[in-house]
Amino acid sequence: MSADSATHDDHTPSLWDWKRWVYSTNHKDIGTMYLIFAIFAGVIGGAMSGMIRLELAEPGLQVFNDSFKLFGMLEMGDSHNYNVMVTMHGLIMIFFMVMPAMIGGFGNWFVPLQIGAPDMAFPRMNNISFWLLPAAFGLAFMSMFVGGPAGGEGFGGGWVLYPPLSGLTGHPGPAMDLLILSLHLAGISSILGAINFITTIFNMRAPGMTMHKMPLFVWSILVTVFLLLLSLPVLAGALTMLLTDRNFGTSFFEPAGGGDPIMFQHLFWFFGHPEVYILILPGFGIISHIVSTFSKKPVFGYLGMAYAMVSIGVIGFLVWAHHMYTVGMPVDLKAYFVAATMVIAVPTGIKIFSWIATMWGGSITYRTPMMWAIGFIFLFTVGGVTGVVLANAGVDAALHDTYYVVAHFHYVLSLGAVFAIFAGWYFWFEKIFGVKYNSLLARLQFLFFFVGANVIFFPQHFLGLNGMQRRVPDYADGFANWNEISSWGYAIMGVGMIIFFLILIEAMMSRRKGEANPWGEGATTLEWTLSSPPPFHQFSTLPKIK
Amino acid sequence: MRFLAAIALTWITATTAAMANTGIPTDGALGFQHAVTPIMERIVEFHDLLLWIIVPITLFVTALLAYVMVRYRAKANPVPSKNSHNTLLEVIWTGLPVLILMVISFYSFPLLYMSDEIPETDFTIKATGYQWYWGYEYPDHGVEQYLSNMIPEDEIVDGQERLLSVDYPLVVPLNATVRLQVTAADVIHNWAMPSFGSKIDAVPGRLNEIWFQVTELGTYYGQCSELCGRLHGYMPIEVRVVSQDVFDAWIAAEPGTDDANAILAQNTADRATRLAQLD
Ligand SMILES: [Cu+2]
Repeated sequence: MSADSATHDDHTPSLWDWKRWVYSTNHKDIGTMYLIFAIFAGVIGGAMSGMIRLELAEPGLQVFNDSFKLFGMLEMGDSHNYNVMVTMHGLIMIFFMVMPAMIGGFGNWFVPLQIGAPDMAFPRMNNISFWLLPAAFGLAFMSMFVGGPAGGEGFGGGWVLYPPLSGLTGHPGPAMDLLILSLHLAGISSILGAINFITTIFNMRAPGMTMHKMPLFVWSILVTVFLLLLSLPVLAGALTMLLTDRNFGTSFFEPAGGGDPIMFQHLFWFFGHPEVYILILPGFGIISHIVSTFSKKPVFGYLGMAYAMVSIGVIGFLVWAHHMYTVGMPVDLKAYFVAATMVIAVPTGIKIFSWIATMWGGSITYRTPMMWAIGFIFLFTVGGVTGVVLANAGVDAALHDTYYVVAHFHYVLSLGAVFAIFAGWYFWFEKIFGVKYNSLLARLQFLFFFVGANVIFFPQHFLGLNGMQRRVPDYADGFANWNEISSWGYAIMGVGMIIFFLILIEAMMSRRKGEANPWGEGATTLEWTLSSPPPFHQFSTLPKIK
Repeated sequence: MRFLAAIALTWITATTAAMANTGIPTDGALGFQHAVTPIMERIVEFHDLLLWIIVPITLFVTALLAYVMVRYRAKANPVPSKNSHNTLLEVIWTGLPVLILMVISFYSFPLLYMSDEIPETDFTIKATGYQWYWGYEYPDHGVEQYLSNMIPEDEIVDGQERLLSVDYPLVVPLNATVRLQVTAADVIHNWAMPSFGSKIDAVPGRLNEIWFQVTELGTYYGQCSELCGRLHGYMPIEVRVVSQDVFDAWIAAEPGTDDANAILAQNTADRATRLAQLD
């Protein structure tokens, strides 16, 4: 048996064998595919935001009019197409970029490695989880080219999909149906993934690794997948009701038939609010590892950190209607959601202060991942405090659906989650690919991202306070200045994105052999005990945790 | 710090001074539009308080971060400490945010209830959202619904605002307490007026209510604030706040007609003359 498994371990299939990928049941290969898919989707979603910022660079309709052609050939259509861009940018970034990168990519790669497991609990289910995603993406992409509203193509009702705009009244064409099916597939993919992670984490930890010795990244994934498992079915239910409203004459959300469009909003945000924590929680885990590694200190207040994430997850289910302060809710209900929402600031504050306390007394080296992590802490703080402002329903009357909200959630997602993803990417790059990246270029990318993202999103606070509403292709002339600056920020961030690809190409061409542990004594989790890249199958004898 | 505050103050003063028209976005502005209702005044006050809380917190975290980055860099501190617990510290950074949040709630809830509870009103207006224009009715004055459409860019004349001006505006008397009922006929829209602190969804099958009392004469602009399809960015809201007698004349001239608009135009012209005489 042992001799047999040794020869099996040595056998790594060729990179160019298509069966290795399509039929893959290996958590590392599947993780890599998730990461590549996330980069691919991120480029498309990022290009869409480019068109948005290009349109908003100055007042008037420059891009989404009937005469403009992108690169001299791509017709951009009218303001409905702008709405489609906004919608698809949101959906792609959430479902096809951040989630696959964090949970599918890093989760698949490092949950088994960090708990000392040979693979995920259900390797074949892992395969289908991944392959449902390209299918879902294909459906979403197709939806942009079939009929939506009268005289237009694609769905332009925002990622929140509110009926009646997403119903037959607003979008009678098949675009919305394709989008519903796409989200169903993406949802199934995530639910299967969630079941897989929960089973793996509960049953496959190496001997001696109790729950309270589990690395924080594993904790963060565990909380995240519980949120997925509990919230996605609610979205699936709402989407199915919408589908039958559209196609089979039901009227769940149709006032004329006794339905209520606000009901959809409650169901959507019961999923949607946990969803935004799903996007950021794995980032919390990644940041904890990086801060501890480069401070050469254990994480400050480990248990507090783990249970802060658990409590953020639990409270995350109790605050959904703070997205709906303007729908005409009873005032006492609003008051409840104000109070519940503000409570979240407490565990979030614990996390920020614990990261700083981890650095306190440390011996900090500023390697590339650490720079991204510190950038994350700063930006997340800014996004956090504006969240406290928005929590207050009284002020929300002035800020709801303005660029203040756009600035807020991009600070926690586009800056928070994306910075955490890049932090993780440069933390584990060598482990995943077995080659070193050029750290000078990676720091340069950080610089462009940090400056660019702030230039894009900080002025949007001012736009929102001054009343600029979301999701419009054109704006009153009084909003011109800050919009122009915001668009310049995009150009800066775009340079950062080009540098990102240069780093990839440079690393793949020069093939500097990766070390098992490039970070030294601070890197204490199990993945650093393995070679870089790890063997195709690892831990055939389980490690013992003291 | 004081230097930065001075710059910010100069900027705010400059942009405020540049506002010829009060109810309109201003280039380079850093804050809210001018507040002209009791609700919006309270919102501005409360938001100022919040700024005094969130800006120091952000600066504090940034300073702390900068301090540990410099003080505990590997060169300055080659041997890391192994501390990973400090119960007192953990109690403080859990307890202090709770206290701050209690301070915030102490001001937040009264504002919420004050803006939500409708006082005794002088009359009611009904607004209906359509793709992509608004309809207004004054049931107490027997005024049937008239439609309010954006003036297209190529028909804008002097004194009108691109994307903001409409053909037949909403008109309310100065200091009147108005109940606004909002609904929609097709998809969800949102009736929003930044200077009033008003923002309420117009939902088909529902009748939502808000109230406002405008304390300054003028023209105020807002826009539909819930994505409602292709021309979502092109269904503005224009409110003229006039004296009671102008309002009465406007009602008598049948709102939604050129006659009624002529009264508003006359009023604007009169005001301009009066203001010119004052100078
Ligand atoms: Cu609208």
